[in-house]
Amino acid sequence: MDTSRKIIEVQNLVKKFGHFTANDNLTFDVFGGEIFGFLGANGAGKTTAMRILCGLSKPTSGTLQVNGFDVYTQSEKIKKTIGYMSQKFSLYEDLTVAENIRFYAGIYGIGYRERRKRQQELLERLKMPEIKNQLVKSLPLGWRQKLAFLVAVMHNPGIVFLDEPTGGVDPVTRRQFWELIYESAARGVTVFVTTHYMDEAEYCDRVSIMVDGKIEALDTPRKLMEQHNAQNMEEVFLHLARN
Amino acid sequence: MNSFLGFIKKEFYHIFRDPRTLMVILGIPISQMLLFGFVIRTEIQDVKVAVFDQSNDYMTTRIIDKLESSGYFSVEEYLENTNDVEAMFKKGNIKEVLVFEPGFAEKTLRDGTASVQLLADASDPNIARMVTTYTQNIIRSFEHEEFQQQTVPMQINVQNRMFYNEEAKSVYMFVPGLMAMIMMLVSAIMSSVSITREKELGTMEVLLVSPLRPLQIILGKVTPYLLVAFIDAVLIVLMGNLVFEMPINGSLTLLLSVCFLFIFLSLSLGILISTIAPTQLIAMFISMIGLMLPTMLLSGFIFPIENMPKVLQWFSAIMPARWFNDVVKDIMLKGSGFFSIIKEVAILTGMSVLFVVVSVKKFKIRLE
Repeated sequence: MDTSRKIIEVQNLVKKFGHFTANDNLTFDVFGGEIFGFLGANGAGKTTAMRILCGLSKPTSGTLQVNGFDVYTQSEKIKKTIGYMSQKFSLYEDLTVAENIRFYAGIYGIGYRERRKRQQELLERLKMPEIKNQLVKSLPLGWRQKLAFLVAVMHNPGIVFLDEPTGGVDPVTRRQFWELIYESAARGVTVFVTTHYMDEAEYCDRVSIMVDGKIEALDTPRKLMEQHNAQNMEEVFLHLARN
Repeated sequence: MNSFLGFIKKEFYHIFRDPRTLMVILGIPISQMLLFGFVIRTEIQDVKVAVFDQSNDYMTTRIIDKLESSGYFSVEEYLENTNDVEAMFKKGNIKEVLVFEPGFAEKTLRDGTASVQLLADASDPNIARMVTTYTQNIIRSFEHEEFQQQTVPMQINVQNRMFYNEEAKSVYMFVPGLMAMIMMLVSAIMSSVSITREKELGTMEVLLVSPLRPLQIILGKVTPYLLVAFIDAVLIVLMGNLVFEMPINGSLTLLLSVCFLFIFLSLSLGILISTIAPTQLIAMFISMIGLMLPTMLLSGFIFPIENMPKVLQWFSAIMPARWFNDVVKDIMLKGSGFFSIIKEVAILTGMSVLFVVVSVKKFKIRLE
């Protein structure tokens, strides 16, 4: 984690849908190379905030910068420098692994030679070069999730947004998935992740917990556990959510 | 540009790897065409009729001969009275009874008029209407020949020749209608379903987060369907021409340009539907109920617009397919040039622009 380099700077972010305030005055920073856990109960407003940071939605007010670009005026530049993996599975199941890679490489303007190199690298990281020409739908769910993650960081984004990436995945695959996340973070990719699994929250460098549109806590998992006198993140979360 | 080509390539993978999609875009046009062409014929052939001839003179005999030799009718029975007409219709073989009044020839020569009554089994009103029209035409043509033999100058001809479709061939009616329907199907339904599929699968979000602009995404999604629908249009015109001998009297370029315009319009409708519908199923439902049914019923494809109630006639005016049908018939049958179809082309263009503007607005709102 490099605290001198701010990848995300959010000040007083407000998002309203009519009279409903989904994000109530959020202020936080995300630093280069850190794994930032974005937690909250369903409906707490975390997906809304994430969608705003990705350019899928416009904020009502507040100043926001992603990778040094302004969310209001430079969203095209932001889009080139971020990766995104949605809650739902984000690869095309009726395309082969190589075709998916080719498609996403094309979107991000990665040329032929560079693509070949990165595809090779990606398959090696997955430890399964032989799946190149298999249809994605023929792969087990865990493999697909890992593949989707690697495709999301294939264009070397400054930051990757992961929206509940491990939903419905078995514990072993979840652990492997987190190994990939650590590996990417070690390579300098900042990871912004939302999750429901509190054990995963403990893997994060820093965690923010949202309750009813507000950030109620933001610190390292260890400090949060100390503050709330808790054994694990689950207790911290329940403590905050109940008050 | 490269990412755009990659997008289109990916879209073609989707199309070619899904047997259902392939069936819709290739199987349906061909099967519908053959079905409409060979099975659902609306022209008549060997219709069984009965005759109650109370005169039995040379004129009535010749009319009956003419009926038989036309190929449309075969006279099955000669009746002595009209009492069992109803029973006969109930049996269902005989579709029409001709009743000649007594002294037919004599009256014609003396008064210049005689009457023949046509009784038709109208349990199928379309067939009944067609059968009586055919019969009337045959009688008219007989009348015409008779008048010509006489030396009376300046006879008024009651000529009821059907223009542009002398034989009332149904293929001429359904080819344009079928083209409209298939192109609606392939362009509007398939494109709206394919766009909503990305929404449902979650890949749409990934695309929207990517550097691709929304317009590029939409163009990438619909361009393949533009090509496929165009191939279908060519296929239908070819089949109509080669298998069913429907003429192409006008310019082929003009015809295909109009098809292109109509496909563009259908695609813009498809995009509009995809901005409203959250799932494939709903997109399909809106397209079927909102587009296909009205297109079939109100465009003049199956039911003539002139026979509709006034209110439905107004509705048919907002059906793009109706104007398309008119243009295609004009070009293929009458050989009309661009200037005689300018009104329809303007209407179709206007509709496309409207749908595109509304869809772009809707798409932007969705991003807010």
